[in-house]
Amino acid sequence: MIEVADVWKSFGKSTVLRGTSFTVARGEAVVIIGRSGGGKSVLLKHLVALLQPDRGRVSVDGTNLCSLSERDLLPVRRKFGMLFQGAALFDSLSVFENVGFVLIRERRHTPGEVRRLVAEALDMVELPGTEEKTPSELSGGMRKRVGLARAIVYRPGILLYDEPTTGLDPIAGARIDAVIRRVWSQLGVTSIAVTHDMASARRISDRILMLHEGVIHADGPTPDILGSHDPVVYNFVNGIATAPALTSSVRT
Amino acid sequence: MPFRLQDRFTDLLDTLGALAQLLGEAVQSLRHQRPSWRDFVAQLYQVGVKSQSVVLTTGAATGMVLTAQTYFQFHKVRLDTATGAVVSVGMASELGPVLAGLMLTARVGASMAAELGTMRVTEQIDALRTLATHPVDYLVVPRFLALTVAAPLLTAEAILVGIVASYMVGVKLLGIEGVYYLAYINRYTAPVDVVMGLIKAVLFGAAIALICCQRGLTCPQGAEGVGRATTEAVVAASITILVSNFFLTLLLTQLLT
Repeated sequence: MIEVADVWKSFGKSTVLRGTSFTVARGEAVVIIGRSGGGKSVLLKHLVALLQPDRGRVSVDGTNLCSLSERDLLPVRRKFGMLFQGAALFDSLSVFENVGFVLIRERRHTPGEVRRLVAEALDMVELPGTEEKTPSELSGGMRKRVGLARAIVYRPGILLYDEPTTGLDPIAGARIDAVIRRVWSQLGVTSIAVTHDMASARRISDRILMLHEGVIHADGPTPDILGSHDPVVYNFVNGIATAPALTSSVRT
Repeated sequence: MPFRLQDRFTDLLDTLGALAQLLGEAVQSLRHQRPSWRDFVAQLYQVGVKSQSVVLTTGAATGMVLTAQTYFQFHKVRLDTATGAVVSVGMASELGPVLAGLMLTARVGASMAAELGTMRVTEQIDALRTLATHPVDYLVVPRFLALTVAAPLLTAEAILVGIVASYMVGVKLLGIEGVYYLAYINRYTAPVDVVMGLIKAVLFGAAIALICCQRGLTCPQGAEGVGRATTEAVVAASITILVSNFFLTLLLTQLLT
C-alpha cells in the first residue's frame, strides 16, 4: 500500500503541495487529475522518492521513504516501474539495452533469458522485433511504449505514469491507454497515472483523485468523479474555463 | 560589493562540499559493488583512445615552441646544449600534466558535463534512479576511473612526444649537437620529475571527472542550463588544474626530493 500523509513541497516561493494526503491500495488503477502546473508530476515523483517532501511522509508497504538514503532507496525503487512524460529513454543505448537495463545490470539472468524477457515485454507493448533500433529511430508513441516495456520487464508491483498521452495524437494516445490497461489487468499491478487528458483518465482508471491548489480536492470511483457536480471538478472534467480565467484569456 | 564577495565565497564552499560528497559517494560505490568492466572500458576508449591526437599534438607543439624559445635565449650565453634539459624537465614535471589536463578538460570534461546535463534535463537521471540504479554507480564511477587511469598515460605520451619533438627541432633544425643534447637531458631529468608529473596527472584526471560530473548532475533545466553547466565545468576544472599545479609542485617537491 502507498500512503501519502500531509505532504508539503515548495520550490522557492511557490508552494506546490499544501498538505496532500491519500492512500492507494494494492492492485488499484488510480489517476490523479489536475490543471497543468498544479503539482501532479511533483506528487508522482514523491511516490518514488525522486523528490523529498519539505514536510509529511510517503510510505510504501510500511517503509517511510523520507527516512532512507539514496542508496537505501534502491531496493525500494525496485518495486516501482515508471513511464516518464518524454519516455526518458537512454539515447546511447539500443531498445534492447534500454528495456533490459535492469536485468542486464542485476546479472541474475542468463543472456538468453534477458533476450526472452525483453522480447516478451516488447510484445506486450505491441513493438515486437524492435530490439536493435535506437531511440532516435522511434516515433513519440513508440518511445513511450518502449519506456513502458522498460518499466514492466522486471515485473514491479507498482507502475507510475507521468502524462502517458501528452504529445501523442488521439489514436496513439488511445493505443498507449489500451496497453496501460492491458498491463494492469494482465500483471495485476498497482497503477498510478497523472494526466489532464480526461479521455485517457476515463480509459485507464477505476478511481480518480483531483489535485487542486495543492490538496486532494476530490477522490472517488471514476464514474462518480466524471459525473460530479462539484464546481471545481465539473469545470475541469468538462473543460469549462471559470469566469476569472475567461476574463484574463479575453484580455490577452 | 562585500555581499557579492560573500555570496561568491558561499558558492565556493557549497561547490567544494558537493565535490567532497560526490567523491565520498564514488568511494562508497567502489566499496559496495564491483564497477562494470564494460562501462569502464567504454569510457576508457572515449577518454583515452579518442584523446590521443589532441594530447599528442599539444605535447609536440609545446615541446617544439619551448625548444625554439629556450634556444634563442640560451644561445646568447652559449648554453645551447642545455636547451634539451630545460625542455625535458619542464615537460615532465609541469607542462606535460598541465597541458594534457587542460586538453582533457576541453575534450572530455566538457562532453561529460554536457552529456550528464542533457540526461538530467531529459529526466534520464531520474529514470536511472527509478530503475534502482544509483547515478554515481552507473555514470560517475566509470568516468572517474577512466580519467584517473587515462590521464597519466596520456601525460606520459605527451611528455615523450614533447621531448622527441624538442630533439627534432633542437638538433635537426637549430643545429645543436645531438649527443650533448641527449646527454644533458639524461643528466638533468631525474626520475622524480617524471613521477611528479604522473602523480599530478592522476590528481588532475580525478579532479576533471569529479568537477564535470558534479556540474552535469546538478545542471539547471533547459538548453541554457546545459550550456551554462558545461561552461562552468570547463572553467572550474581548468582553474583547478592551473592553481593546484603550483601547490602540488611545492608539496611534491618536498615529498619526493
